[in-house]
Amino acid sequence: MRTTEPATPALAEADRLMTVCNSCRYCEGLCAVFPAMEMRRSFTDGDLRYFANLCHGCGACYDDCQFAPPHEFDVNVPKVLAQLRAESYAHYAWPRATSRLFERNGLTVALAASLSVAVFVAGFAAWTDPSVLFGVHTGPGAFYRLMPHNTMVAIFGGVFLYAILALAMGLRAFWREGKGADVAAHAVAAHDAARLRYLDGGGAGCSDSDGPAPDRRRPFHHLTFYGFLLCLAATSVATLYHYLLGREAPYPWYDLPVLLGTAGGIGLLVGPIGLLREKAKRAAATRVPQLRGMEAAFIAMLFLTSLTGLALLALRETAAMGLLLAAHLGVVFGLFLTLPYGKFVHGLYRYAALARYAQERKAGRSADG
Amino acid sequence: MTESDEEEERLYDVLVVGGGNAALCAAIAACRGGASVLVLEAAPKFYRGGNTRHTRNMRCAHDTATDTLTGPYTEDEFWTDLHQVTGGQTDEDLARHMIAESKEMLGWIAEQGVRFQPSLGGTLSLGRTNSFFLGGGRAMLNALYRTGEKLGVEVRYESELVGIDIRDGMFLAARVKRGDRTTKIRAKTFVAAAGGFEANIEWLKQYWGDTADNFLIRGTPYNRGTVLKMLLDAGAHPVGDPTQCHAVAIDARAPKFDGGIITRLDCVVFGIVVNKHAQRFYDEGEDFWPKRYAVWGRLVAAQPDQIAYILFDKNASTLFMPSLFPAIEAPTIGELAAKLGLDAAALEKTVRDFNASVRPGTFDPTMLDDCRTHALEPPKSHWARALETPPYFAYPVRPGITFTYLGTKVDRNARILMQDGKPSSNMFAAGEIMAGNVLGKGYAAGIGMTIGSVFGRIAGREAAKRANN
Repeated sequence: MRTTEPATPALAEADRLMTVCNSCRYCEGLCAVFPAMEMRRSFTDGDLRYFANLCHGCGACYDDCQFAPPHEFDVNVPKVLAQLRAESYAHYAWPRATSRLFERNGLTVALAASLSVAVFVAGFAAWTDPSVLFGVHTGPGAFYRLMPHNTMVAIFGGVFLYAILALAMGLRAFWREGKGADVAAHAVAAHDAARLRYLDGGGAGCSDSDGPAPDRRRPFHHLTFYGFLLCLAATSVATLYHYLLGREAPYPWYDLPVLLGTAGGIGLLVGPIGLLREKAKRAAATRVPQLRGMEAAFIAMLFLTSLTGLALLALRETAAMGLLLAAHLGVVFGLFLTLPYGKFVHGLYRYAALARYAQERKAGRSADG
Repeated sequence: MTESDEEEERLYDVLVVGGGNAALCAAIAACRGGASVLVLEAAPKFYRGGNTRHTRNMRCAHDTATDTLTGPYTEDEFWTDLHQVTGGQTDEDLARHMIAESKEMLGWIAEQGVRFQPSLGGTLSLGRTNSFFLGGGRAMLNALYRTGEKLGVEVRYESELVGIDIRDGMFLAARVKRGDRTTKIRAKTFVAAAGGFEANIEWLKQYWGDTADNFLIRGTPYNRGTVLKMLLDAGAHPVGDPTQCHAVAIDARAPKFDGGIITRLDCVVFGIVVNKHAQRFYDEGEDFWPKRYAVWGRLVAAQPDQIAYILFDKNASTLFMPSLFPAIEAPTIGELAAKLGLDAAALEKTVRDFNASVRPGTFDPTMLDDCRTHALEPPKSHWARALETPPYFAYPVRPGITFTYLGTKVDRNARILMQDGKPSSNMFAAGEIMAGNVLGKGYAAGIGMTIGSVFGRIAGREAAKRANN
């Protein structure tokens, strides 16, 4: 039995809904949320946040529910879990004071990004001679004529390490509410996360304005996610080139960092546009309007990262390179800075929730005999 | 017929009245048979589908295991089960025909876009015999509606039948009320798939008197028996005991209508049940719960004020499926009585007497164990354990009505039989409105959906044939 009252209205409503759902269980074949719920008779706040992060918001359980509004039981699991999911990001945020950054997240991220770009442009203008800023630079080390390599490493290494630390602390807080997971559970979770296994309500398609239809979020999410990974890979390879092989950027178009970055960049252009479009089509009943800012902000940051990166690639041998480099670095800095305080964290908590679920399933099976 | 009603120009091949599984199977089958089809659903769109909304599986015969069924369920075994639950109150010819046709239904239903899943969690005991809809009955309905509309079935919601023009057993036209407007709709054939009358308290009172005021209706508030009554008044041959309904004991705090599955309570076998005078009145451990749950609705209906209380202690508190409302809890039996508004001394005595009569045994909920009472009236034959570990819990229960048995008699082609024994030339029935033909008494999980799908499909197919002639 629950020993304390739910801490927020969203938790209280999620607690009420899970009590309804646990008495019904008709949706147990749709996704991981309901089987996870069935392993309990009452729910702690941590359990509810775990369910919220297992939910992919497909909406199938809303369409299938005999107790959805206008029924007096008023069951809307995807909407309430979306609310709770956003609340959980703030709850786990590190340091504690940064929780408030999730309150008006769209605005926060937009401000951070704009400010970051502005500082980079202003910094380039202040520290670089106009003839250098608007000059044409080619060949290895071209970028570093505008900003010394060590300065770049210090700035980006710093913000990157901070982001990693903050993300890790949030993840740790989430993880401590569960009972851990072994390697096999992590393998299952990695597989489920990589394929977005639970995105489509057990195969019936997610809910959109015209009822269940083929889930078109999946290909665009794949483009976005794998595009992001390719871009990370491009940066990693370039770092190895720099330190191990002593080869300085920019690299020719056929070289690995450029190929990886271009492929990833295209994914990060097409994926975000598609995701925004598909999200707009989804049934209003299951969505939380206040969260659109957070979703759009992260998607826009990925899109801008790619857009400025590809523009820099296309125009790097022209006089526009200096300003484009400033813009790209500004966007990337803003992206890193806001990673722990925006929609990016959904991936970490979702993965952790899937790992916890895989572990619980195994424990449940062995307990059943 | 009122002459002033506006008459719609279109003559439909098939008019289906109702919006549940049977109605949609009929509409889809008729449409696939080349007929133009209009479906009239009295409920608004969200509540469409009658009690199909509250179902989650169907029982079909099959010769081998499948992706979602753990083993074969032969026609003979199905027949044996049906014969047993109905105590023989079934039309064997019709029932065997339905069972034979049920074999094709799994494939046919899946072709209409309905998805199945293996039985999980608390329903494993049905994993071999029953096919579970992924997402439950409303998911099934959504798929059927989508398919029907894609095929060209016209569906009108909030459209209630207020009159039928029937001459010599032949359907001519229907009067349909939608909002303030009543129109006359003509069709070559008519399929009645509008459910029973369990939500019509006034009708229930004819047989149950004022006790029916204390009944809760588990499903749709729209099954008021309007169409059934019109057909019977027009000379359709009745079938099934009009006084009988399927009733279980559900949480007394449930809403009057449409509380559905989540108000059921599975804990009777693990405790004792008392009435408002704090007296026990039936053997709580007579048999496994799935075999006995349906007797408790009637038992509670026979108690004063149609209320009873299931009592158990901490030891039993996690042995059954959770349900919507929390159990009422108290540290002593006396305090629990106060919370329930029962006489504390009487309840303490009932529990004391029960506890004193419990014989030692080995408690095992998975079998008919040897934990029983001795020299107690009524006895508790199995799973009897003293209520002695606080806290103590109680659920108040009332009769929850699932469905009624009265219907119209049909033949193998789902054609309505008239009182002279002859089949109507163009009227068909499917689903709960004719379930009494094969299910005269009792119930087996998923069988209502089988009746609906099988006879719905037959009715649609035959109606289309008739209309095309």
